[in-house]
Amino acid sequence: MSAPLLRVENLRTYFHTAEGVVRAVDGVSFTLGPGETLGIVGESGCGKTVACLSILRLIDPPGRIEPDSRISLRDRDLTAASEGEMRSVRGNEISMIFQEPMTSLNPVWTIGDQIAEALRTHRSARPAEARRRAAEMLRLVGIPNPEQRLDEYPHQFSGGMRQRAMIAMALACDPSVLIADEPTTALDVTIQAEILDLLARLQEQLGMGLIFVSHDLGIIAQIADRVIVMYAGQVVESGTADELFGRPRHPYSEGLLRATPRVGRRMRRLSVIPGSVASPKRWPPGCRFHPRCPYAWSRCREDVPPLPGEARASRCWLEEEPARRTGGWDELALAEDH
Amino acid sequence: MNEASGRAEDRADGGRALTAAAFIPGLAHLRRGRRRAGLSLLGLALAMLAVLAFSFDRVASTFTAGRVDYWVAMLTLAGTLAAAWGVSLRAEWGRPRQRAEGTSQWAIAWREFNRNRVAVLGLFLMCGLYLATLLAPYLTSYEPNAIGDIAATRHLPPSLDHLMGTDKFGRDVFTRVLYGARISLSIGFVAVSISVTLGTVVGAVSGYFGGAVDTVLMRFVDMLISFPRLVLLITVIALFEPSIFTVIVVLGLTLWPATARIVRGEVLSLREREFVEAARALGLASPRIIFRHIVPNVLGPVIVAATLGLGNIILIEAGLSFLGLSVQPPTPSWGNIIDGGREYLVQAWWVSTFPGLAIVVTVVAFNLIGDGLRDALDPRLRI
Amino acid sequence: MASDIDRRASAERSAAGTTHGPLVLVEGLVKHFPIRTGLLGREAGRVHAVDGVSFEIQRGETLALVGESGCGKTTTGRLLLWLLEPTAGRVVFDGQDVSSFDRLGLRAFRRRAQIIFQDPFGSLNPRMTVGSVLREVLQVHGIARRGTAERQISELLDAVGLHADDASKYPHEFSGGQRQRIGIARALAVQPEFVVADEPVSALDVSVQAQVLNLLVDLQRRFSLTYLFITHDLSVVRQIADRVAVMYLGRVVELRDCEALFQGPLHPYTQALLSAVPDPEAGTDRQRIALSGEVASPANPPPGCPFHPRCPHPGKDETCSCVVPPLRALNGGAQAACHKI
Repeated sequence: MSAPLLRVENLRTYFHTAEGVVRAVDGVSFTLGPGETLGIVGESGCGKTVACLSILRLIDPPGRIEPDSRISLRDRDLTAASEGEMRSVRGNEISMIFQEPMTSLNPVWTIGDQIAEALRTHRSARPAEARRRAAEMLRLVGIPNPEQRLDEYPHQFSGGMRQRAMIAMALACDPSVLIADEPTTALDVTIQAEILDLLARLQEQLGMGLIFVSHDLGIIAQIADRVIVMYAGQVVESGTADELFGRPRHPYSEGLLRATPRVGRRMRRLSVIPGSVASPKRWPPGCRFHPRCPYAWSRCREDVPPLPGEARASRCWLEEEPARRTGGWDELALAEDH
Repeated sequence: MNEASGRAEDRADGGRALTAAAFIPGLAHLRRGRRRAGLSLLGLALAMLAVLAFSFDRVASTFTAGRVDYWVAMLTLAGTLAAAWGVSLRAEWGRPRQRAEGTSQWAIAWREFNRNRVAVLGLFLMCGLYLATLLAPYLTSYEPNAIGDIAATRHLPPSLDHLMGTDKFGRDVFTRVLYGARISLSIGFVAVSISVTLGTVVGAVSGYFGGAVDTVLMRFVDMLISFPRLVLLITVIALFEPSIFTVIVVLGLTLWPATARIVRGEVLSLREREFVEAARALGLASPRIIFRHIVPNVLGPVIVAATLGLGNIILIEAGLSFLGLSVQPPTPSWGNIIDGGREYLVQAWWVSTFPGLAIVVTVVAFNLIGDGLRDALDPRLRI
Repeated sequence: MASDIDRRASAERSAAGTTHGPLVLVEGLVKHFPIRTGLLGREAGRVHAVDGVSFEIQRGETLALVGESGCGKTTTGRLLLWLLEPTAGRVVFDGQDVSSFDRLGLRAFRRRAQIIFQDPFGSLNPRMTVGSVLREVLQVHGIARRGTAERQISELLDAVGLHADDASKYPHEFSGGQRQRIGIARALAVQPEFVVADEPVSALDVSVQAQVLNLLVDLQRRFSLTYLFITHDLSVVRQIADRVAVMYLGRVVELRDCEALFQGPLHPYTQALLSAVPDPEAGTDRQRIALSGEVASPANPPPGCPFHPRCPHPGKDETCSCVVPPLRALNGGAQAACHKI
């Protein structure tokens, strides 16, 4: 594999609130190569969105990226970059699209103006040139009659079209990294499928690195090459999509997969992960998943399991004591039945 | 968790022992690390005792004076002391909470408000003002309207005898400002109460039922809002006799449309919320839904508007008094004291300046509280 | 574990109404919302939210109502509960036409038919404790006798997997899944027979979603409930439904047994919808039926078959764009609305 495009090392983003320190992202590391899709999967509150915003340094006080975190784009250290330098990175080298296409566009400007704005800021493009490029971008994302639609306002676009316009805006400056944070969650399934196809096609065409964040295992399985699973501000498992969904190693990934209803078959009863995620102000000691884990034993309650640096890794003591992998989710489901 | 076990310990070794904290208000809070509450209680109690000590004669004369405001002052003094002591005793002896009680939205808002130092300062100022008006007869040894030997006492500059000097009739300005505060603060309070009550009911009904009810009520509100308030005031006062009552009624009746609009807007969005729909699906009656499920959720913005409105009303009243359209001399109000000192601004600057300052401080205090409340009650902060 | 609620629920069940025939029968249900403009509120158009929907729900079954946003599934649910009045058509509940109910009749109906909402944040009054919400319901309907309210509240909370102590807490002190349980407890407080669950798990995380789905299944068995389960998520449908009605632009396009629908969807829209659902097992190699274009607006539905502008069916012709296909009965109890089947 070629040299990584984006490298995130030991990213820690804490929010220093009056009630205490919220450790939203707590030691996350990953790399992203050109033309690669990295899926980040996790439930709400696992820190996936904060991690993405941290890459763009879009964290407002009381949030703070802690000192020894490192984010590098090619060879540049973004954590050390000035705010001015970051502005030239955002929307230019690294772009982001958000979940809510309704609120991510400014209702008082036309779609064309909003796409052109990025070009005029970062590329100092002349108005006519920016407009031409904006139309080209709309065509690229599959919006029919782009010249006409440039002059329309966001409310004249449907949800799916707005998300396409958002993608056009994000890609206008040819970014090398695109971060998509739950870009299809607010959309209908048939529209979602179109957007996913579009993203996959554009990535192939433009060769950018794509970070795709979702809570939906199905979507991640469909779009990602490599996947990291986040829980409680940490990466708990990483691997290729096939490895991870075929043979999950971390009990959390395993439980999540079993709790997901499938359109392909009816399960007798959905498997359940008991309890809920702890408060980020007080993560449990030891392994953060241990209070909900069916395998947990004394070691999990006391010692923090490490995440090995390999591509395929699991942050779990079972890696060292595989003999303890007995019972688990099956036993839990059985117990719940009675 | 920690706090609870700490309290339990206190109880185990202390019980209802007659500790120092049981006698000195505030000590119980201080001992439990609640500094601000403790110091406030202590300060309040000391202030009351100081009033008692310095004007013991006047307090004692309550029984012979036979005046209502003396009795009010007496009750305030005793009541405040008792309350400070009671709160303290409850902290010292009270049982630790039995079960895990929930924290209501109001409790959270209060906690949030408490973080805002400036707003708390405003709250202290406001409480101080209201206490001072209630205790007025004990705080000064002069009568507001008594005219003595004018030649000897006319236009005396501020001194220890006359903290704010005297006016053209030789009356103590401090005393008059103190008694004038009664007018300003009570007009504000009553007018705001009227407008909040009317406005909330009309706004809630209009927003909840919608349709024709809404159209009729809102057009009426539009009409009232578009009526120039000052003209209406002057007309009404010209028709009737200028008095506190007229001013209160007119202010109260002209202010409610603004509240009604705020409430209606909130209700319109609350009506679409699923908990209201759930209440309908459960077969609850409309008045119950409006007053139990909707109104408590619009009180936040209403309280903010009312607090800011209070400051506004005090200003309006001062303006009216200044024009001679409100309280008539010799009854003091901040506006007419300023008016009285207007001609002698050069020789006796203090006559107009101190009531002016009083207005500024009061209005700023209300605005600080209002801003603090707005932040604390902001629904966007939490759900 | 035959608690008080179980016994009372079953006693009332046998006392109330007939016990044969469908519990809910919907015939030709139509709901149009006028679009008003200008100062005088002149009607400028109509949103055809529900445009002629008919189905039955048998006692004890779960009928899933599936469709994408704007298809009218939520409106249909509200119409069934008489939270909205239909423009045309009728709702028959346990043999009685709901439109014939007077005030008292409607109140009695509200005790028998309840709703669970999607948004765990918006569906609870933030200023009321969980206990006071439940207590109010019990008192208003005279379910709680003096002194039994507290016990009934803790039984309800227990039934949905919460703790009795939770009664004194406020909604914001709970997680999304727990709030959804509170919403379920509130609906169950009146001991209903019929529950409309409007996207009850859509706002929840996967692991919590499974907990709530299992809870709904358990409660159905325990209290012999009948569900109308409204959702956009087909994978959830397969897990919970007995029969499925697929809606598109205010109409039911396919209505049949759950397993049969998943194994061989008939209507081109159902086929496309089914193929678009991502499944972690299928990976990237699954065939997806691509739809082109956008869902038409219900304010301006296309003539003929509502799906024809997006329909990928190769035999699509003029009939499709002119004539509205009726929902026809096919072999094996299936119903579909398509000219080409």
